[in-house]
Amino acid sequence: MKYERDPERIRRVLGDKVQFIQGDMAVTYGAVLAGCSFFGGYPITPASEVAEGAARLFPRVKATFIQMEDEIGSIGAVIGAAWSGAKAMTATSGPGFSLMMENYGYAIMTETPCVIANVQRTGPSTGQPTLGAQGDMMQARWGSHGDMEAIALAPSTVQESMDMTIESFNLSEKYRHPVCLMTDGEVGHLREKIVIPDEDEMELVERVPATIDKEQFIPFTDSQTQEGSKVPDFPTFGTGYRTYVTGLTHNEKGFPATDKPPDHQRLIKRIVSKITDDREALTNVEKIELDDAEIAFVTFGASARPAESAVRMARKKGMKVGMLRMKLVWPFPRKVVHDLSKKVNTIIVPEMNLGQMVHPITEYAAKDCEIISAPKVGGEMHLPDELFEILEGV
Amino acid sequence: MKKEIRICGFGGQGVILAGFIIGKAACVFSDFNAVQSQSYGPEARGGAARSEVIISDEKIGYPRPTGVDLYVAMAQEAFDTYRSDVRDDTVIIIDPDLVPKHDIGRPLYKVQVQKIAEELGNKIVTNIAMVGAMTGIYDLLDKEAVKKAVIDSVPKRFTDLNINAFEKGYEAGKNARPE
Amino acid sequence: MSEEVKKKMIDANELRDKYLREGMLPTIFCNGCGHGNAIDYTFWAIEELGLDMDKVALASGIGCSSRIPGYINADGLHTTHGRALAFATGIKAANPDLHVIVFTGDGDCTGIGGNHFIHAARRNIDMTVILLNNFIYGMTGGQLAPTAPIGSIATTAPYGNIEQAFNISELAKALGANYVARWPISYPYQPIKSIKDGIAKKGFSLIELMSPCPTAYGRRNRLGNIEALWNWYEENTILIEDYEKIINYGTEEEKNSIKEKFKIGVFQDVDKPGFFGEYEKLVNMLIEKDDAKLKGGSQ
Repeated sequence: MKYERDPERIRRVLGDKVQFIQGDMAVTYGAVLAGCSFFGGYPITPASEVAEGAARLFPRVKATFIQMEDEIGSIGAVIGAAWSGAKAMTATSGPGFSLMMENYGYAIMTETPCVIANVQRTGPSTGQPTLGAQGDMMQARWGSHGDMEAIALAPSTVQESMDMTIESFNLSEKYRHPVCLMTDGEVGHLREKIVIPDEDEMELVERVPATIDKEQFIPFTDSQTQEGSKVPDFPTFGTGYRTYVTGLTHNEKGFPATDKPPDHQRLIKRIVSKITDDREALTNVEKIELDDAEIAFVTFGASARPAESAVRMARKKGMKVGMLRMKLVWPFPRKVVHDLSKKVNTIIVPEMNLGQMVHPITEYAAKDCEIISAPKVGGEMHLPDELFEILEGV
Repeated sequence: MKKEIRICGFGGQGVILAGFIIGKAACVFSDFNAVQSQSYGPEARGGAARSEVIISDEKIGYPRPTGVDLYVAMAQEAFDTYRSDVRDDTVIIIDPDLVPKHDIGRPLYKVQVQKIAEELGNKIVTNIAMVGAMTGIYDLLDKEAVKKAVIDSVPKRFTDLNINAFEKGYEAGKNARPE
Repeated sequence: MSEEVKKKMIDANELRDKYLREGMLPTIFCNGCGHGNAIDYTFWAIEELGLDMDKVALASGIGCSSRIPGYINADGLHTTHGRALAFATGIKAANPDLHVIVFTGDGDCTGIGGNHFIHAARRNIDMTVILLNNFIYGMTGGQLAPTAPIGSIATTAPYGNIEQAFNISELAKALGANYVARWPISYPYQPIKSIKDGIAKKGFSLIELMSPCPTAYGRRNRLGNIEALWNWYEENTILIEDYEKIINYGTEEEKNSIKEKFKIGVFQDVDKPGFFGEYEKLVNMLIEKDDAKLKGGSQ
């Protein structure tokens, strides 16, 4: 069955423009809107609702949903579908995300665009399946063996769960890279209002297909059609380019070059720098009350919600407190964090783990800025009062 | 303005749907912000269940309730389990037939929502009758907004039944006094 | 040499020119390895079917046999160890016009990839799996494979294998795969026919080719020189039809003589519906319903 994105059908199937839905479902909506035509998934709490949504909606927009035998198979099928030209995604949580890591690396190495939604729960191992956490942030960044760069987004609201799913597809297509949507059990199961964008309110990025002469085409090198882009044009399977795609170190033609250091260096440097070159352009943050702030929360995802509440409490008492929320967590927004650290005296980093994002924040903050890690584990968000107490202690 | 509502009962009674309808009425059919969360896990298979809604005219940061302004119970076990943080000024609504042991030394609203549903011929709409009662008692959401949310959230072939349950519940709520 | 054979030899060279991928040769295969034959057989099958190579997508996992897509001039996804069938499922899902052929080995497919195999076969996904069974992990130096007969020597079974061997063709049959065949790779024609039938078959096809590995298996198991190893298959296999005859009508002695032999031939050839076909029906039904609702609503 061939998929063709049909905006009218999509809007009809999604229903009312304004809805009150769960974050997980909003991820499915985002995928449908983005033109995702393949979802391969395996049930896991608290991410199952994404797959359940896809099972319900995908066939009605002529897209394919398949419940695979496990998470390894899920991401494998997603990568295969991507090579046949599909925008493809999977959704999972901690244990499944761990299982996906080898093929996450494969997608990075073979420059396969796809989206992995991770509705984070606590870990390690089975942890607390029904409770939210943010303990996989470093796994998204470093989960594969070998050298890699990551692209990851972290939604704080149900609306963002949908919007950032679309954005995840856009970034994955633009950079030919697997993008992690790092949501969590709190946002995933929360119901909130969403406003579904109309077709003209959305920007969709499509991958650049290989178009040049087949004899001239080089599959794993800088784009041959986009000036200055390190992202190769995509030779969709079935279009006659007869590309060999391998997770082995490969030369520009795609042929194995396992015993050639220069080929490995060239390949890895390109697939990392195609992303890090755009670090500033990719940076996507929300700034709240930062103009005169002396203390700032730097946070992301669900943790930004109690942090914002704490900012409001502090402001009511005349305290100069603000918040920087990283919507895109990887590649790490070095400059904006560094600039902030030169303006404020103290940065507080609340996160639902034992302290992960606090490490790059510390690394890139000015040395004279005090960094306070405010971790919380156990499957509960910080209470605004808890964060306010930390503010009072500064 | 920020109001925190907790609706509890036993699994299968539709407390999640009741919370969903209230949340939807607040943010889709009215101009408030709303979030709804629920206890998740074994409760879906019976036992005490709860659904929590926060309604505010400001942006809602922290999405979990920190207190309870309106406490609604449709089962004894749930009433006993989730009551610990009820304040003196918390409005409490119960169905006395479902929560027979409700004498906690303070007045509360009693509405026989299950009886309303039974008189309509289907116990399944007990939750919708309670949504009606809540709307009648607790002066927060416009009746029409909640009614729209009910219509929007129930299967089309049961619209009339649910609207009747909602109306009867609303009427009973309007007439109820804390006792 | 008869004229016919000569003609075929010339044709074989032409075929190689037509289908081999330039720049990837020589192959990694050892002297006496059977895998090269699988490439030839596949070329013959593709030639006879007249497939458009632009519409052929190959997938493979990790191991010697999984290197085959590299040598064939078509789109090829050389994936992670054991996962080729999952990737192939996605390839087929997103473009049903593609003929999806998977090359895999016994370690790749029955060991690390066993679960994907089970479910791809159970779902009857429209793809052709060419499994080269050489009883050993050849590429990594001769570790024990799940298919190794009892008593086999491997680097990780230095005192002889004590595990029951995996019979993948019987498993595929039990799972309801539409086409299942097993042949020794030393047979010149039957594998071609089976690959051809497998590709032409809608649904899941498994062609298990028993391929000698003189380097990692034959040598260690003292099966003699390359020629002796290739002949081993003659003596240790039996056509399914012959097997059934002996089991039903043979003497005790005859029955005992075939007990340890590998059955070869076509294990299954049926036409059951597969996942994507059924999914498309479901989609059409839902679309029709939605469109009818739309028309009804706008009247």
